[in-house]
Amino acid sequence: MRIDCPNCGSRDRREFQYLGTAVLMDRPAPDAGEQAFVEYVYFRENPAGAHRELWLHEMGCRSWIVAERNMGSHEFASTRLAADVKRGAK
Amino acid sequence: MSRLTSGGQIDRTQPLRFSFDGKSLAGFKGDTLASALLANDIRLVGRSFKYHRPRGILSAGSEEPNALMQLGLGDQTTPNVRATTQELYEGLIAASQNRFPSLAFDLLSVNDLMAPFFGAGFYYKTFMWPKSFWEKVYEPFIRRAAGLGRLSGKADRALYDKAFAHCDLLVIGGGPAGLMAALTGARGGLDVILADEDFAFGGRLNSETVEIAGQPGAGWAAQVAAELAGMANVRLMPRTTVTGAYDGGTYAALQRVSHHLADPADHLPLETFWRIAARRTILAGGAIERPIAFANNDRPGVMMASAVRSYANRFAVLPGQRISLFTNNDDGHRTALDLLRLGADIATVVDTRSDVVAMGDYPLITGGQVTGTSGRLGLKSITVSRASGTLKVATDCLAVSGGWNPSVHLTCHMNGRPVWREDIAAFVPADNAIPGMRVAGAANGDFSTHAALSAGAEAAAEVLGDLGKTAPATVIPAAEDAPIRLEPFWHVTGSKGRAWLDLQNDVTTKDVALAHRENFRSVEHMKRYTTLGMATDQGKTSNVGGLAVMADLTQRSIPETGTTTFRPPYSPVALGALGAHGAGKDFAPSRYLPSDALARELGAHFIEMGVWYRPSLFPQPGETHWRQTCDREMRMVRSTVGITDITPFGKIDVQGADAAVLLDLVYANTMSSLKQGRVRYGVMLREDGMALDDGTCARLGEDHFVLTTTAGAASDVFAHLEFCTQVLRPELDVQFFSVTDQWAQFSIAGPRSRELVSGLCDEDISNERIPYMACAEVTIGGIGCRLFRISFSGERSYEIAIPARYGEALARELGQRAAALGGGWYGLEALNALRIEKGYLTHAEMTGQYTADALGIGGMVSAKKDCIGKVLSQRSALVGPGKMELIGLKPVSPLKQFSGGAFLFSQGARQVLGNEEGHVTSHCHSPSLDHVIAMAFLRDGRSRLGEHIIMKDNARGIEAVCEVCAMVHVDPDGERLHG
Repeated sequence: MRIDCPNCGSRDRREFQYLGTAVLMDRPAPDAGEQAFVEYVYFRENPAGAHRELWLHEMGCRSWIVAERNMGSHEFASTRLAADVKRGAK
Repeated sequence: MSRLTSGGQIDRTQPLRFSFDGKSLAGFKGDTLASALLANDIRLVGRSFKYHRPRGILSAGSEEPNALMQLGLGDQTTPNVRATTQELYEGLIAASQNRFPSLAFDLLSVNDLMAPFFGAGFYYKTFMWPKSFWEKVYEPFIRRAAGLGRLSGKADRALYDKAFAHCDLLVIGGGPAGLMAALTGARGGLDVILADEDFAFGGRLNSETVEIAGQPGAGWAAQVAAELAGMANVRLMPRTTVTGAYDGGTYAALQRVSHHLADPADHLPLETFWRIAARRTILAGGAIERPIAFANNDRPGVMMASAVRSYANRFAVLPGQRISLFTNNDDGHRTALDLLRLGADIATVVDTRSDVVAMGDYPLITGGQVTGTSGRLGLKSITVSRASGTLKVATDCLAVSGGWNPSVHLTCHMNGRPVWREDIAAFVPADNAIPGMRVAGAANGDFSTHAALSAGAEAAAEVLGDLGKTAPATVIPAAEDAPIRLEPFWHVTGSKGRAWLDLQNDVTTKDVALAHRENFRSVEHMKRYTTLGMATDQGKTSNVGGLAVMADLTQRSIPETGTTTFRPPYSPVALGALGAHGAGKDFAPSRYLPSDALARELGAHFIEMGVWYRPSLFPQPGETHWRQTCDREMRMVRSTVGITDITPFGKIDVQGADAAVLLDLVYANTMSSLKQGRVRYGVMLREDGMALDDGTCARLGEDHFVLTTTAGAASDVFAHLEFCTQVLRPELDVQFFSVTDQWAQFSIAGPRSRELVSGLCDEDISNERIPYMACAEVTIGGIGCRLFRISFSGERSYEIAIPARYGEALARELGQRAAALGGGWYGLEALNALRIEKGYLTHAEMTGQYTADALGIGGMVSAKKDCIGKVLSQRSALVGPGKMELIGLKPVSPLKQFSGGAFLFSQGARQVLGNEEGHVTSHCHSPSLDHVIAMAFLRDGRSRLGEHIIMKDNARGIEAVCEVCAMVHVDPDGERLHG
């Protein structure tokens, strides 16, 4: 598998560490309550299709990356720096 | 000798000697082991897997099911080498497999007589009782009797390598389609890799008599390969099998680097495992000829027709004196013509079709079938049936052609299911089965030479278009374009004797019929029930035949019956190659302390902690047991001064206007209130509320902190900080960097530690200036250092960080000064026991399963601010009654040692799983108390101080009554830390 790092270009999957859903970018507010955090930490979609997820370019530039990947075909539709995505969301 | 006096692509000027089963034989450079054996009239080369049937060479390629050899001697022997792909070299030593005492007389061929009992699934039915017999009797017997080659049982000393390559275009297969594709792509300016499993490029062109552009096909192939070799943008990879297709245009390939060399240079690996990243791929892997199943079709001398042409045309060997053919298509006739031209004697050509005429001067039987064979160790005759009756034909070689199966294997590796093409009666690759891959030539069902050349050029032109390049003007060289004339014919029915489908796994048409009778009719069930296609050749010659037999039995068409699929690897890959540079010392990096050389001079014992080699003990003369050394080192720290190298602790330098904001987020306790020049102990949580790591946080300036982490958690904590700053809070103005390697760090602990350090530093380090939990920048011999007044032993203690290049010099200086004060070095054993005496945590306790509260530091989770993990650390199940709490343990009566991981049970409780109330995490002997102590998790432990409980270790057979006590055993008020 190859992943396009926004900084480093197309790199072997072995350079990256997978974390999981990009939902992790949206940490609940401190006062959102226990249920909100339980959902944030534990509840996951498992679509047989498009999935937004977080990867760390661990053995490269060490950027956290938001990737859109098809969980059926493993095809990547896009990769962006998580910091850019997060800043854009504000 | 069956070697022809001229012709072929062997080099008669380079004769080679080799041996087979101890017999010395001759061959030529350019031979395979198989062609050299045939040239020496050796037809019997192995015994089959299950029935120990005598077997000969079937094919001339990697699809070979029979001719598996044990190569080499001693601990470097390699089993299951296909003689058909092994290049001959001077001194090659080969032995046949799976026979005892000899190939011609094999005792276990008795299995063949027992065949009625050994049908498909026999072991599911036969060896059922008594139950204990399976492990002791049946399985050892089956394992001895069945099997292929044998491992040496010794470590593999061969060198393997791994490598990575990138290209615009990967061409898999170097036949006419592949060569044309590579040439077109390379001339169009692409970076091209051309890989072929053979040692010579050309594919079938090397084995056929076809002409291209008026010259022999093999000559054309050599010419194109030479042109490609001269191009800077082309990498030719002969002897390289592309074994798997993976996501994103990545391919695995096995290159046999020195299997063909008599005396390889020391630096050469045996094999190199490649990972190739290709923007586009053209699969031109050709096709594999398929057999026809008939009674006793497994005798040595029964071969594929294409293989007979390979041996005759390429290797100048006639595999028989009187050769016959059995065919359902024109290839059988082509074979006869080639053989006639070479002067061979053709016994007969048996064609299943009725409407064909001979293409040359050979006897032809139309509408005929081969219904039987004779010759125990080698073919002697065949029985032919036709409308007018049955006749017996004397022959020592029968060449069989049932048509061709395109090599669709790689196109199946990402779930692509091949599709049936009625006109050629074969499976071809599904469209776009592998993203970025095109299929050309025989692999796609285009069998003529002209079609292969055109398809290769066309596929490369499309790739050039894809990648924004212009395809060069290409003239397709003239070549034959014969149509496929074939009548599907899979197996001869109704004759006596077993008709073999899978020669390597000994599966017959009867086994498929049995699977059908017992309702294992889906292709996947049939495969697993009969083991058809499950051997090292993965059914390259048998899968489609098995499917056809099942289709006949169920009276369905082949596509209705199912499709065939293949998984990686295309051909076997040695584990040594997959694990290249992953064994022994290559498994993980080795990291050494700045004081490593000194510790070795002092005779320290070392242990591996993660990737670090750290001294565990510094034994002194006369000490014979590790406990003596450990106890002495601990007493030394508690009474004078001890030094130890703590460089592996993670160090993270954090700077920026928002540094304190970040630290308040990641630490459960507050760091923003920390004063400059002070250090605070901190704990980090994961978002699920469990403790991630603990360590210290020193504030060197308003916007400058240095964190320490546990050695083993350094990279996790660093990645966690990156997550928090990039994913959660990118707006923070903060930068951080791991400085673990930049700073050597030493701990100086004990009542006399200040004496030692004050003599060393240029500055005043009095208790007033550097009290407990203070930090400062100091100079030692003019070198800028950092001084931290922190302790992991409970004693007055300093940590000095010095730029790593001065680490060893400082270590030697510290050692001398400590010795002068009656102290010295201590190792990890003492370090660990000192912290257990004080109840300090490590990752024996912080396993990721416990909250700060369970660890006894719940009070550190600040109520005044948010932090990662705060909300979920307060879930009811984690704070309610019955929760785990860390406590201390001491023995009630004399105990030799506690037991790490041992369960704790209430007195009187049944000691069974489910009743346990906790477990021991860390333990040591305390020289201060002169008995053993431990730390343990216990349900509601902190409210059970004084209670007697049972420690039970079933693995070691230890049971003891212990008293629950406080975790801190030495200096509970911490007086020694201060002052």
